[in-house]
Amino acid sequence: MSEKLIRVLVAKPGLDGHDRGAKVIARALRDAGMEVIYSGLRQTPEQIVAAAVQEDVDVVAMSLLSGAHNHLFPKVAKLLAEEGADDVLVMGGGVIPDSDIPFLKENGIAEVFTPGTPTGEVVNYIKNNVR
Amino acid sequence: MYDKEKLKEIALAKEEWEKGQVAKTLAKFKERKEEFATTSGIPVERLYTPVENQDFDYVRDLGMPGQYPYTRGVQPTMYRGRFWTMRQYAGFATAEDSNKRYRYLLDQGQTGLSVAFDLPTQIGYDSDAEIAQGEIGKVGVAIDSLQDMEVLFDQIPLDKVSTSMTINAPASVLLAMYIAVAEKQGVTVDKLQGTIQNDILKEYAARGTYIYPPGPSMRLITNIFEFCSKNVPNWNTISISGYHIREAGSTAAQEVAFTLADGIAYVDAAIKAGLDVDGFAGRLSFFFNSHNDLLEEVAKFRAARRMWAKIMRERFGAKNPRSWMLRFHTQTGGSTLTAQQPENNIVRVAIQTLAAVLGGTQSLHTNSKDEALALPSEESVRIALRTQQIVAYESGVCDTVDPLAGSYYVESLTNEIEKKAMEYIEKIDTMGGATKAIEQGYIQKEIADSSYAYQKEVEANERIVVGMNKFQVEEKPIEGLLRVDPSVGEAQVKKLKALKESRDNLAVKTKLSTLREAAKTDANLMPFILDAIRVYASEGEVCDVLREIFGEYRPVEIL
Repeated sequence: MSEKLIRVLVAKPGLDGHDRGAKVIARALRDAGMEVIYSGLRQTPEQIVAAAVQEDVDVVAMSLLSGAHNHLFPKVAKLLAEEGADDVLVMGGGVIPDSDIPFLKENGIAEVFTPGTPTGEVVNYIKNNVR
Repeated sequence: MYDKEKLKEIALAKEEWEKGQVAKTLAKFKERKEEFATTSGIPVERLYTPVENQDFDYVRDLGMPGQYPYTRGVQPTMYRGRFWTMRQYAGFATAEDSNKRYRYLLDQGQTGLSVAFDLPTQIGYDSDAEIAQGEIGKVGVAIDSLQDMEVLFDQIPLDKVSTSMTINAPASVLLAMYIAVAEKQGVTVDKLQGTIQNDILKEYAARGTYIYPPGPSMRLITNIFEFCSKNVPNWNTISISGYHIREAGSTAAQEVAFTLADGIAYVDAAIKAGLDVDGFAGRLSFFFNSHNDLLEEVAKFRAARRMWAKIMRERFGAKNPRSWMLRFHTQTGGSTLTAQQPENNIVRVAIQTLAAVLGGTQSLHTNSKDEALALPSEESVRIALRTQQIVAYESGVCDTVDPLAGSYYVESLTNEIEKKAMEYIEKIDTMGGATKAIEQGYIQKEIADSSYAYQKEVEANERIVVGMNKFQVEEKPIEGLLRVDPSVGEAQVKKLKALKESRDNLAVKTKLSTLREAAKTDANLMPFILDAIRVYASEGEVCDVLREIFGEYRPVEIL
């Protein structure tokens, strides 16, 4: 694999305001040598996809604690595919019950990280799976 | 307060002890760490004695409970009179579902209500808004109009129960709905008791449910102060919140500092709007977090009380003792809960409950063990409430006022928290106050720095979280989590559509345009909002009118 910098969009879809996790992940990815763009709060799936395409990112990492993940995460994956950006690695994290994870994986979310995940695990996952 | 000769004697004894016995022990057994510190980074000594507290002055620093500077509590008899209000934050799905949960909690011995609204309601969107899809009824109850509010409080007499509502940007709209429900129940507004959160500054800094820019938001807040001081005298018009600042990752000292800095900004704004400080200050209330570092938390609550008393009396010249009192609600720390071995959370919550009670809280919400995974189930909510009841009825800590006062360590920590928090407040003052500090991203950056530092400590195993980075076990996914049915969204949209067809739409239009005109002047908007709500204008319609005139807030994002 070439030593090209990995570009990540850390995004907060929906109306949830909990951004502690998103900001911690953003900093940890940056400290691991990646280029990180943070979307800020209250992004619609359309806005996230537009930013991902415009910034030509390799990874979209979404964080959501409001319970709207089943609605919003797959929508982002679907819109990315429609934009021809289906090589982008789409991940999710937050308060997400284990029982929802299979559904999310079937719908374009490569991996889901739940509370207590060390940031190093997320870094390694990206390094090993980015396309 | 201490006798000089006696202090010398103690200092000498301590020195001898350190050089002798302690040194001998250390030579054989090292301590667990080179340096000990609280979560706020306050160094913790091996031993506290009167020497570390030599400037202690009982009357100046503590006083009597119910007296300035209120370090020991705001009431003279505290929990010997009555326990704190046990108030579980609840709400999900539809008004019907939440009404059922409230009546269950009241039946279980809960003594006050605390309403959680879903995110669209908190951000002023009706359930049929595109941006609301997927969020309806998820983190709280969906309320679109007075009609939903009538269902929410069905068979709950509003003159008997006190109700806290976690609502900020659209606080005036939900307060108007509550007043309108009371009117329908035949309860006069002067009988209403409760709290609206109404604290926009921490929304910009830490929680995220803002709508309008700071200027008009502060106006809406001072409008409520003024309206309630004349019409709803027993209503707490704001709950100045450190809870979410702490959840976002601040330390205990930062929690106190940024909360009181926000408090100062609200008092400044109200005085600038022409209100008399003693006319509104007695209805200001506060909301803090309670974490696991038990004694630092107790010190935090005591320091906050003493600081606010000084700020109100010395800085703002308030004369009424009620204006000096920091009355607060506490919630145990959501971010301290682990998804791993969720039963362990019951123990954490018990420690945090004890901290809040030993810190003199006026009301308390205890988190449920499953909240790192989902909204709490009925069973786990019951355990959380029982935790409070056990501390109240069985622990004995409620039988005397402020039992930890005079502890050399606790008094020393109380001073240290005050010192650290005061340094922040002075810094924020030089920046032009909390609003400016938030607009520049200063407070957000301080919080994010602390949160990241904490995370790094956990990952380096310098800070142990039991069950998460030590003492792990293999676990099966837990069952019985509460799930909100996605059909709630559709049902809510249908209900709203039916309402819009059946209500007097001409009256709605008229009231909304009167509100629009009033928003352009400097009139108090509360009566206009109330008029629109009474004719069943929806929350989204009212907020949209104000969006038109006030615009929307766009934050600066600082990593």
